[in-house]
Order: sequence, then structure tokens, then C-alpha cells
Amino acid sequence: MKAPHFMKAPHFMKAPHLQPMFRRIWGLMYRHLALYRRSWPRLLELMYWPILQMCIWGFTARFLTARMGSPAIMAGAVLLSGVLLWEVTLRSQMGVSISFLEEMWSRNLGHVFVSPLRPFEMLAALVAMSIIRMLIGLVPAILLAWAFYAFNLFSLGPALVLFFINLMIFGWSVALGVVSLILRHGAGAEPLAWGVLFGLAPFSAVFYPVSVLPAALQPLALMLPTTHVFEGMRAILLQGDLQWDHLAAAFGLNAVWLGGAALLFARQFHQARVRGTLMSIGE
Amino acid sequence: MNAIQVEHLTKRYDAVLAVDNIDFAVPLGETIGLLGGNGAGKTTTIAMLLGLIVPTSGHITILGHNMATDRFAALERMNFSSPYVALPQRLTVKENLRVYGHLYNVRQIDARIDTLARELDLGPILNRPAGQLSAGQKTRVALAKSRINQPEVLLLDEPTASLDPDTGDMVRSWLEQYRTQSGCTILLASHNMAEVERLCDRVIMLKQGRVVDRGTPDELLARYGRHDLEDVFLDIARDRRQAVPV
Repeated sequence: MKAPHFMKAPHFMKAPHLQPMFRRIWGLMYRHLALYRRSWPRLLELMYWPILQMCIWGFTARFLTARMGSPAIMAGAVLLSGVLLWEVTLRSQMGVSISFLEEMWSRNLGHVFVSPLRPFEMLAALVAMSIIRMLIGLVPAILLAWAFYAFNLFSLGPALVLFFINLMIFGWSVALGVVSLILRHGAGAEPLAWGVLFGLAPFSAVFYPVSVLPAALQPLALMLPTTHVFEGMRAILLQGDLQWDHLAAAFGLNAVWLGGAALLFARQFHQARVRGTLMSIGE
Repeated sequence: MNAIQVEHLTKRYDAVLAVDNIDFAVPLGETIGLLGGNGAGKTTTIAMLLGLIVPTSGHITILGHNMATDRFAALERMNFSSPYVALPQRLTVKENLRVYGHLYNVRQIDARIDTLARELDLGPILNRPAGQLSAGQKTRVALAKSRINQPEVLLLDEPTASLDPDTGDMVRSWLEQYRTQSGCTILLASHNMAEVERLCDRVIMLKQGRVVDRGTPDELLARYGRHDLEDVFLDIARDRRQAVPV
């Protein structure tokens, strides 16, 4: 039985000098794609939470609009944009963390780590899987928001792409931190894969401006790239203004967060090799 | 040339000395048995050879590559099998082999899988999920995975553990045949002394992290005045008889 066409390695991965690296990355992606191909509950689970969130907040926004009139229409747009964009961060983070946990649960890491797959290639595969997972989860929610509430996320314009990129990078940074903690503490750190980002949501100013936060918390909030994305999102929706300073801050902070997370991962990976725990992670 | 060269290899976990300054070399094409009781340091040694564990001190060179600085170049040319490390259970056998074919940069993966399926009689189970296989089938799949890249060095950690005698014998026959055909260097950790006598050119005996003896199976039998390696193993494990000069 031949592999279906969509499971063949894409053409851009066939550049001769890069081919071995891309093949290894594709190998790990194939492992996860094969899993999803066989399991519709897994696919459904990817879509379930974003759609649920969108429904809850969408109907809340509709209720507010009905009670308060036109001022609430914009509030509703802010609410729905916040919900959908926050899901970008959340799904990106969980995409990397859960894919790593899948390897751990299947006790396959021993084989993966003794293959020629470099750690950065493993991360590249997990990041690629997180993009696929995020799109599978989010696209139906975006389409349903348009169908149910006539809300078009793309009304944010081309800046939406920049928002997406920043939110995904931050999700990956947090995921790298989670994976590092799993490498350090094993299965005990597993719950962080689901919960850690919710702890950052109040400081990310997803649904309200940073100025709402107590003064002491505002500097902390401004250290998160997500805060600048959501401030930028509100500026577009409420004032029609693309604030480049917030976008620049988001990119700059993401560079710091991602760099720090990558260093933490590299250190914990090495430490796991020193402690001899790579094969027994999860036990 | 030695396929594997180990010099002054030591691994310490705080107060525990898991591997204590061991040296050994495995010439190209030889099969070496790594023997020792539980906790003797076999698995730690294999994990260090694979780069899974960083040694506290000492050097490992595999196929001319320093494992401290150039381990991925070596890993591309070697492979590993252990019943204690699973393959993804929900993927079919073929999908699992494809994954590792990609990870080891194997060209014409499907043709390679077909060859391995013929050699290891995997045809009827290629499209079955790995989680639904019997222990013997899983072992054959793990061996197929370990040969996906036609490795020059193969590390096997108790390859026939938990297999019935018939399947165990089939695996040993297959390993013998593979070694003869490919000239592959094999390092075999095992508790099965008959297996070691049958497959290994030489044996390294480990105890409490140290190499306590080494030689061909015949040399060890003569040195301890025994008829089978199991008694030699027990002599060493229980300190009940010293080797006698021959």
C-alpha cells in the first residue's frame, strides 16, 4: 500500500544539500500526521475548544449588543478577536507541547534520540506540527464566527499576519519552556502543557487594555509580546490605527523570549543526557 | 580498525558509580557480548555509546567519530534495538518503518521496507498497528527498524528478552545470517548465555560497573573450568570461583 499523496514529502524539501535535514524533520511530522489520519477523535479535539470558546464569547457579545445597543458591537468585535487570536497562542503552545508528550507517552523518545535527528530538527518538526494543528483548530472557529455572528477576523487587515506570527512565536517559546521542564522533572511537569498559558492570559490584556491592570502589574504585562499584539489589535478595531511601536515591541520581546526558551531547552536537554534520564522521561 | 573504541569510560551519578573506568574495543565485523547482572552497567554503557548519556569522563569513538563532538555522524551509520523502548503503538508497522526510514535518510524507503518484510516475515503484519502485535512480532519489527539504514554498527539490548524459545531461536538465526551477509559490527547485551555463546566472537564481563573479565567464550570457559557460560556468569556474579590461568 502506497502512502497517500498528501503524506509524501513536499517538493521544497528536496533541495539536495538540505534534503537529509528536511527528511528527518518530515519523518517526525509524518509520525504525527499518520496518527491524526487514523484518529478522528484527535482531529475533533483540535477543533472542539476553539469552537466552544468562540460560541460562548460570541453569544455573550450578541447578548451585550442586544442589551446595550451599538456601543457593544465594537466590544463584541474586540471580544471575538481576542478569543480567536488567543487561541492562536494557545494552540501553538499546545501543538508543540502535546506533540512532544505524544512521543513520551508512546515511549518512543529512546528511538528518536538515538536517531540522527538533531534536537533543533525535532523542534522544527514539532513547530511545523503545531502550525498544522493550530490551523485545523482555528479555521473552523473563524469560519463559524463569520457564519454565526457576521464577524470577519480578516477585517484586521494585513496586520493580522504579523499578529499571527507574534502569537505563534510566543506560544512556541512557552512550549519550549514546558518541554524543558518535562525534560527536567519528567511526567510531573505534564499538566503545565495544558495550564501554563492560562496563567499568562490575565497579564496579556486579551480582552481589556493594559491600563485596566493595577499599576504594579503593568510593567509585567508589557514584558509579554502578547500584550502588545492585543493592544495593537484593539487599536485597529477601535481607532483604525496600526500601531507599529506595539508590533516592534512584540517582535523584540519575542526574540528575547524565544532566545531564552531555546537556551533553557538546550541546557535541559544536555542536563537530561548528563543525568541519564532521556530514556526514562515520563516514568 | 575498530568500529567501537572505548577508553577510560566512567559514569557517576552522585554517589553511585555506574560505570567505572572501562576500556574495550570492538573490531569491525565482530560481535561482542556485554554480560553482567542487573546493575552491572550494561545499559548505561550502551546508552553512552548511543549518546543518550554523557559520560562523566572517558572517550568513545564509533566508526572514527568522536561521540562527544560528532555523534550525529556516527548515529547515521549505526542503529539500536531494545525491547524496553517501544515504537508508536497506534502507527502501523509500515508507518513506523517509514518514520525511521525518513529519520535515517533512507532512499527508496518502500523498497527497503519490502526487503526487510521479506527477510523478517513481516508481510502479513505490515498494515497492523504496532500495539496489536505479539511480543515476537514486536521484536521482529524492532529488528527491522534497527536495520532500516543498513547500519555498520548495531547495538542490541537483550534482543530476545521475553520471547518464547522458538521465536528467540528464529531471531538468533536471523542475526547470525545478517552478520555474515553484512559484515555488521554488533554489540549485544544479554542475559541469555546460550545466545551469547552462539552469536558472540568475544565477551566482556561487567560487574558493578567494571570490566572483570573478557575473552572469547572458549577462553572464558577454559579460564573458569566450566562447560557453559552460565556457570562462568554465576562464578563472577557470586564471586564463587576465580579464573585459573590457562
